[in-house]
Amino acid sequence: MNRFAFATVSTLAVAAASSVVAEPQAEVLHWWTSGGEAKSVAVLQEEFASNGGTWTDMPVAGGGGDAAMTALRARVLAGNAPAAVQLKGPAIQEWYEEGVLADISSVAEAEGWAEVLPASIAGHMKCEGTWCAAPVNVHRVDWIWANADVLAANGIEMPTTWEEFNAAADKLQAAGVIPLAHGGQAWQDATVFETVVLGIGGPEFFQKALVDLDPEALTSDTMVQVFDQMRTLRGYVDENFSGRDWNLATAMVMNGEAAFQIMGDWAKGEFLAAGKKPGEDFLCASTPGDGYLYNVDSFAMFDVEGDDKKAGQDLLAKLIVAPNFQKVFNLNKGSIPARTDVALDDFDICANLSAKDMGATSDAGSLLPSYAHGMALRGSQSGAITDVVTAHFNSDMSSADAVQQLADAVANSY
Amino acid sequence: MSEWLENHLPKVVLAPSFIAVLIFVYGFIGWTAWVSLTRSKLLPKYEIKGFIQYERLFDSPRWDTAINNLYVFGALFIVIAMVLGLLLAILLDQKIRAEGAIRTIYLYPMALSMIVTGTAWKWILNPGLGIESMVQGWGFPNFEFDWLVNPDYAIYTIVMAAIWQSSGFVMALFLAGLRSVDGEIIKAAQVDGIPTWRIYTAIIIPSMAPIFLSAFIVLAHLAIKSFDLVIALTGGGPGYATDLPATYMYAMAFSRGDIGQAASSAMIMMLVVFAIVVPYLYSELRAKND
Repeated sequence: MNRFAFATVSTLAVAAASSVVAEPQAEVLHWWTSGGEAKSVAVLQEEFASNGGTWTDMPVAGGGGDAAMTALRARVLAGNAPAAVQLKGPAIQEWYEEGVLADISSVAEAEGWAEVLPASIAGHMKCEGTWCAAPVNVHRVDWIWANADVLAANGIEMPTTWEEFNAAADKLQAAGVIPLAHGGQAWQDATVFETVVLGIGGPEFFQKALVDLDPEALTSDTMVQVFDQMRTLRGYVDENFSGRDWNLATAMVMNGEAAFQIMGDWAKGEFLAAGKKPGEDFLCASTPGDGYLYNVDSFAMFDVEGDDKKAGQDLLAKLIVAPNFQKVFNLNKGSIPARTDVALDDFDICANLSAKDMGATSDAGSLLPSYAHGMALRGSQSGAITDVVTAHFNSDMSSADAVQQLADAVANSY
Repeated sequence: MSEWLENHLPKVVLAPSFIAVLIFVYGFIGWTAWVSLTRSKLLPKYEIKGFIQYERLFDSPRWDTAINNLYVFGALFIVIAMVLGLLLAILLDQKIRAEGAIRTIYLYPMALSMIVTGTAWKWILNPGLGIESMVQGWGFPNFEFDWLVNPDYAIYTIVMAAIWQSSGFVMALFLAGLRSVDGEIIKAAQVDGIPTWRIYTAIIIPSMAPIFLSAFIVLAHLAIKSFDLVIALTGGGPGYATDLPATYMYAMAFSRGDIGQAASSAMIMMLVVFAIVVPYLYSELRAKND
């Protein structure tokens, strides 16, 4: 038997094997590598395997996803993109414009995603009408967390307006408690800022200023008031806040050193991990004002070649949005399911409040994307806003100057 | 054949590294220059759009801060590290006991990575953990040392940490320089009854001019490319008060998907380096040609 015959036979054998099996395969790029998050991904991995798929894990930790994005850029430029990538918000559209995303509409339509996802969240998952990404969870950003004992000891209720918050904070400060636990990192400053924009300006103003980037809204008197409130809040923060990580700020609320923290619902995980009970040891409420700011994690589906990889991608998309994964994953991660038809009996009161508000605000049109967490704007625009917000918060810049700089920075960011 | 090889061997041996440098240094400088003239966002695009990225760069208050910080940081770091290094070297040069051990101690910071230095100084300078709280604990409740969290002073904490890291290295450079000065001249000066400080200022230091230049070049390029120290010590904060051009470039390229903007800032950084290195090379080459 010569070499040629051998080569022919083996090629045939390989061809036969691949045409018969076409085992679903998916390579998944994500940066969920820390404790609770890694556990949540493992759930998906197991489910994928039990449906006959082969999962290739590609975790890239570091820099809040910056490192993963660098890896993704290299893979896309090499023409070898992973099947699914943890991406969110406008970043999905940005990659779509580069012409590298796949169309998973057939799965989405067969599974009826349009009926079970809130409209504004579904909007992020579509690229010019076709589905190109699958949502995993909904984090609420505009939460205010409080230490129940500290509030009770000082006779304070959860504030429902920023005036009430300021009054409560003054009282706490007089009593020697740090009113607001905060970490001086740009994204945390931005998180507080957007909740103030939502609270003082209302949902419509938020939409105009931080989603549509309307120059009039950005330079309006309302925005000046927002910066005034940021300056007031600066006074309620202890002086060692610079560079503090968010979970250390959460710990300050936990041990009664501080009363409030404004942070997304990943903070709840810290409370729960320390054995604190929602409603008893710590309280959760939406930040003063109406509306709901969401931060939705999702997997964008990239163009892949080969039936096995396409099958894997479809299977993955189906499993991600299926009720079972949505429930198990979000119980682990502290967020709520993106689909509205999952029973929430096993979730705590904060998650139930979040789900209830999501439904209500979705109907009222005040379910809004978080700018601070990359849901509302592209990187260069949101970065430009954050620069101004954090510069104002960390200096004695006047509100009028801040508003002017904000408009200039946005105009300069395109 | 063997004759050809004999003539061309050096070229053949050098060719691979020459080609590598040509592609990976000059090739990519050219690529960056090209991209800085485009509107590249997430992925590089190659359609030239003029100097828009440079206009955006110079309109950005954050870039202004970064460049000003580079001046403040670079000037203070280079001058203080050189003065301290020279002082340490002169003191060590007094034929003291246990010179080897002391020299090693001063050199040790150089063995740490900037990340370690930055983290250690972050804790030392943190008002709630470090010096401020320690002195307050000693019974001086009004003592304040909050430079790390004060946007106007935070850049000086980076200068402090960088000097701590590098002055030992500069000391070693100068010590080698001091030792290379001809002992006969010094002895002759001593015989003439010239005071020690005059010997240093009039004889030894002027004869070390090349060492000053080397120390300056090493420190200057450390200053311009410093990145890890800022990331570890302040993360660019408070706000963006301690941003340097390198951290600005990183933020644009890797966090914000604004490659064109990052490329333009990288080009400006390169021009700053050229402004320092080209006169140096020029003077070196001229000295050789003379």
